[in-house]
Amino acid sequence: MDIKIKIEKLKVAFGKNEILKGISADVFKNQITGFMGPAGSGKSTLISVINRMIDFEDHVAIAGKVYIDGEDILGEEIDDVQLRRRVGTVFAVPIPLPRSIFENVAYGPRLQGISDRIKIREIVRDSLKKAFLWDEVKDRMNTSALKLSGGQQQRLCLARTLALVPEIILLDEPCSGLDPISTAKIEEALDELKKDYTIILVSNNTKQIARITDFVSFFYMGDLIEYGPTERVFTNPSIKQTEDYIQGKFG
Amino acid sequence: MIKKSFTKENFVKWVLTAFALSSLLFLFLIFAFILFEGLPLFLKIGLSKIIAGFKWAPTKGSFGIFPMIVSSFLVTFGALIIGAPMGLSCAIYLSEYSGKRMKMFLKPALELLAGIPSVVYGFLGVIYIVPLVRNYLGGSGFSLLSTSIILGVMILPTIISISFDALTSVPRTYREGSFAMGATKWQTIYRVVIPSAKSGILASFILGMGRAIGETMAVIMIAGNALRIPVSILDPLRTLTGNIALELAYATGDHRLGLFSTGVVLLVIIMILNYIANFGIKRKVIK
Repeated sequence: MDIKIKIEKLKVAFGKNEILKGISADVFKNQITGFMGPAGSGKSTLISVINRMIDFEDHVAIAGKVYIDGEDILGEEIDDVQLRRRVGTVFAVPIPLPRSIFENVAYGPRLQGISDRIKIREIVRDSLKKAFLWDEVKDRMNTSALKLSGGQQQRLCLARTLALVPEIILLDEPCSGLDPISTAKIEEALDELKKDYTIILVSNNTKQIARITDFVSFFYMGDLIEYGPTERVFTNPSIKQTEDYIQGKFG
Repeated sequence: MIKKSFTKENFVKWVLTAFALSSLLFLFLIFAFILFEGLPLFLKIGLSKIIAGFKWAPTKGSFGIFPMIVSSFLVTFGALIIGAPMGLSCAIYLSEYSGKRMKMFLKPALELLAGIPSVVYGFLGVIYIVPLVRNYLGGSGFSLLSTSIILGVMILPTIISISFDALTSVPRTYREGSFAMGATKWQTIYRVVIPSAKSGILASFILGMGRAIGETMAVIMIAGNALRIPVSILDPLRTLTGNIALELAYATGDHRLGLFSTGVVLLVIIMILNYIANFGIKRKVIK
């Protein structure tokens, strides 16, 4: 398996508060890698380093390296806007723009300078299909995205990320506010998508992690406690803390 | 049991209510006063002869204020052409680009700009803008252009503070969503932030217009106050407000009533502008 993202001794601190305390891990191509751990363990911060959204925060100190395809993305000369076109993100709370369904998905391709109407329509349709939303919205593409249900909005956010044609998709607790049926639809979509993308899924839901990830890492208090194939970690965790977390003894 | 009684708490509430309602009373009194004084002439001469009349010779029975209505709108739009782009740019800079320190410096400066008496603006206009226009563009310098420039600066604080509020009330999550899709900062501002704040920004323009159309002192000092419709931006003009301020001191009889009629027209225009602005703001809140 190829390594897509290589994280080396990554440390992140907000002011005096150290959130990540020296993480090293390899994320493999065309696999779903889960990040799990209790709140405050640093998994969302790690996401915001990989898509460089952390640039918008104040008083952040970052040390260590993150490579995507061997290129250090934390380097000064890396254009964070270009990076975010390669690394798509779906947030915990679905935040569609206050526009139509169509415009939400077309937003990314238009930013990249695609203006051919037929091509944009094609991208929008394909993206919505991949996110398992097409059938539900194909007849009302011009209604406001804010009128969709929570589960539909989250799939719309997935679709608009796919429309960027990224290489990596980061999902930060995408199902935390969704009902079981919507969650199942997202999981189904992700399972299809890993053929073409490298996916990182942050989740507090250990059952979800066990269901759909290929690899899993367990974070606790800014440290990476355990990392390995999901099946192995869940059946035979090598560290006591991981076992306790999986069994729901804390979290 | 202890019975409820008319306590200090109730007293405070009633006093505050009375003061709150008194502002409504003042508004009502102003309306009643202006209409009471202004309407008789409308009934006597006729609405169309006043609003659409070209000649203002109140001592000879002509009360046409059409040139002044046109002039008032011209200076107001002139002010908007100058003030709106500047004000919106400043609001965007303040809300999206400036650091905390710059904001701490700029916001009080803007409040100061709003607090400068209009006679000082007029003074600056007479001393600097009027000669500048006269020397470089011709005419007397007392003109539509000079007035628009000064009014454009005077409405900046209104436009900036209301646009700024509208821009900062756009949820942070909209910006993050846009950045996450590979938008640059300007693309995000242009395509997401400004459209989301659109109604507030429009309201700021309209309230700025209300401020410009009602301005009097600075205008009579710079506008030249000639009684005709200006055909070029270098021509002098007289606004509705200027007309009242200039002539009220010596007007008697029908002349005096004519000035109140001017006031009625002004009041109606300002009411319409305020209604539009409030309508815009309310729509934003509901959404």
